[in-house]
Amino acid sequence: MTDMLIGVFGVAAFACAVLVVVLRQPMRAALALIAHMVFLAALFACLGVDVVALFQVLIYVGAVMLSMVYTIMLLDDQDTSYTHLFSRWLVPAIVVVSATVVALGLLLGTEAITSAPPATAATPLFTFSAFSVAFMQRYWFHFELATVLLVIAIVAAWTVISERR
Amino acid sequence: MDRYQFLIALAVLAFATGLLGVIIRRNLLVVVMCVEVMLNSVVLAFVTFAARSQTLHGVAMTFFVYVAAACEIAVAMAIIVLLVKRRGSLDLAAGYELEG
Repeated sequence: MTDMLIGVFGVAAFACAVLVVVLRQPMRAALALIAHMVFLAALFACLGVDVVALFQVLIYVGAVMLSMVYTIMLLDDQDTSYTHLFSRWLVPAIVVVSATVVALGLLLGTEAITSAPPATAATPLFTFSAFSVAFMQRYWFHFELATVLLVIAIVAAWTVISERR
Repeated sequence: MDRYQFLIALAVLAFATGLLGVIIRRNLLVVVMCVEVMLNSVVLAFVTFAARSQTLHGVAMTFFVYVAAACEIAVAMAIIVLLVKRRGSLDLAAGYELEG
């Protein structure tokens, strides 16, 4: 049953990723991206990684996409980039992307992925409480650095917005 | 093909789709969305490997990917609004004359 759900959510997530690229209106592309993220969160939940599923919905869908949707609503919807969908780089892009798929696809044949997975841990690792304890014990310094990075991003965004011509 | 191989294949395909969008689309906002698709595929790969190996390293890494994504979107949206204010267009071709 879980494998079937993973298959369904995986195909739906990929279809939404394709829609992000091909849809003309940015608002529709944003909605497709939100659906893509929600399907990924469902995939994470199927894998038992509840923490990341929660982060995915709260941070990506709740915060990142909200700011993107507000920006789309702020801007003009009669732009030239709406009528001319694709750039002149279509053929080189297909070549580059094909090479990327082949190169990354070769990794699927490596032993690290094709060998049998280790046995499931006796205690659940990916619950919110287990993750929080392990995170604060092992990654507290990285967590502090992340907060500094967030402050820098806020100051940078404020500086860009308040720039005068 | 087990579930982990399927998910890694999905991550590869989603990354390639996002990369295609970044190269071929002309709308700035859609290009940023395609970057988000690429970041999401990286998160999917991290989580798949973490679930497969039953370790927390991949899950912790996703937290920092989310932080980077939040920073990126805050700065990118500010820059897009500024560019549109200056050039009056979301078209990437309108920024070809940028220097530096």
